[in-house]
Amino acid sequence: MSTSPMTTPAIQVSDLHKSFGEHEVLKGIDFHVDQSQVVCVIGPSGSGKSTLLRCVNRLEEPTSGKILVEGIDITDPEVDLDAVRSRIGMVFQQFNLFPHMNVLKNLCVAQRRVKGRSKAEAVEVARRNLAKVGLADRENVYPAHLSGGQQQRVAIARALSMDPDMMLFDEPTSALDPELVGDVLAVMRDLASEGMTMMVVTHEMGFAREVGDNLVFMDGGVIVEEGDPHQVLGDPQHQRTQAFLSKVL
Amino acid sequence: MTLKRTTRRRLRDGGAYVVLLAAIVVLVTTADREAISKNFLDGETWRGMWPDIVLIAAKNTVKYTVIAFAGGIALALVLALMRLSPLRLYRWLATGYIEFFRGLPALVVIIFMALGVPLAFGWTPPGGTIGAGLIALIMVSGAYMAETLRAGIQAVPKGQREAAQSLGMNGFWTMLTVVLPQAIRIVIPPLTNEFILLVKDTSLLTFVGMQADQVELTSFGQQGLVNYSNASPLLAIALVYLVISIPASQLVAFLERRQQRASR
Repeated sequence: MSTSPMTTPAIQVSDLHKSFGEHEVLKGIDFHVDQSQVVCVIGPSGSGKSTLLRCVNRLEEPTSGKILVEGIDITDPEVDLDAVRSRIGMVFQQFNLFPHMNVLKNLCVAQRRVKGRSKAEAVEVARRNLAKVGLADRENVYPAHLSGGQQQRVAIARALSMDPDMMLFDEPTSALDPELVGDVLAVMRDLASEGMTMMVVTHEMGFAREVGDNLVFMDGGVIVEEGDPHQVLGDPQHQRTQAFLSKVL
Repeated sequence: MTLKRTTRRRLRDGGAYVVLLAAIVVLVTTADREAISKNFLDGETWRGMWPDIVLIAAKNTVKYTVIAFAGGIALALVLALMRLSPLRLYRWLATGYIEFFRGLPALVVIIFMALGVPLAFGWTPPGGTIGAGLIALIMVSGAYMAETLRAGIQAVPKGQREAAQSLGMNGFWTMLTVVLPQAIRIVIPPLTNEFILLVKDTSLLTFVGMQADQVELTSFGQQGLVNYSNASPLLAIALVYLVISIPASQLVAFLERRQQRASR
């Protein structure tokens, strides 16, 4: 669907700074995600990893720096932000399903309003994606009647229904009961194996090791260390990485 | 002297009942029952009011309430969105409007629109004095409901808006399909309260004068009082007001309960 050559990174971030008032959360981030790559971002809370992710579709306004998505500078005030966002799927820690719509409507509303698809077309795409996340039988249910794991899988299906070129995951399993985490990770694993470009902020080290092509460790608003997940997790070079991993592994 | 706590409570409750009973006895024995039944329950007067009290007066009260409420909500929505606008000028304009009209008695605005404006500018609003009075009610109720709607919009969790934006939905569709439906659920109880207040505020239209087929309940009662030299019409319209407003608040209570069961 994208016309950009494979050499253009899906996401290219350079010298990104972000401050909330006096407090500088991101202190110069350089970072990229290649097409079909899965990049996991780990780090202690408050390290700026979620803020970095949210800058990529400009849910947070960068203070300075450049963010290219498929070669398009999204910090350019002239850019059609809605068009760019419709190509970037996003999954939130708190799911953020629309509580007043049933599952099918959750998946269809943006397809119809943003992509201009007919109702029949939108429903067809929605059903395909619901089947993919294993919830084909739940299309008429309201979000409140689903478990957390089911809600998150619906949220993934909702993002996929826009046929995005890449997916952003903001701690997708952090709000889930432990026994529900596996289903969500399985869906994400399938996506990765299909070649979806993914940027995942997570605390799931197992997922980062098995599925990730690249691992980024952030602390204090900077990238401390990055590289092959087995390498970073197995033999961290930096002292702060070692300290963090010794607590979570 | 010490009494057991339960004994003290029984004595106190018993005392309260005795006082209440005494008050009822005094009222029943001293009330002029003949005057009451003659003035408030006069059969001929009650028959004379029928069916105009329902077909004209109650119908018009409901009609005026619905018009003022619908117009008020539309105006309130515009004002609420202006209050939340990133443009400071819009916020100021909306705040100024809201503070101005919430600070005035509705009656003053009604008289101004119906009588003051034609006098000052030689221009009568559409619908004559009643039309002008309704415009005034819309202007006032819009100011009150704007604050309610704004609070409702702000009460929708931020993540909802972000989810819609991340799907590429623009500000208009995000507001229309995601934020407003949830905001309206939140504000249904206070808005119904506003509706019931409006039912009663339509009585203020009495002051601007109206033609026979435009009469609402209060004017109807007042005219009846004069025509029949009897207070029965007042009791009658009071009952009709209650028949309108009590089911309205019961309906809301029902909607609230159902909504709580349905989501979250």
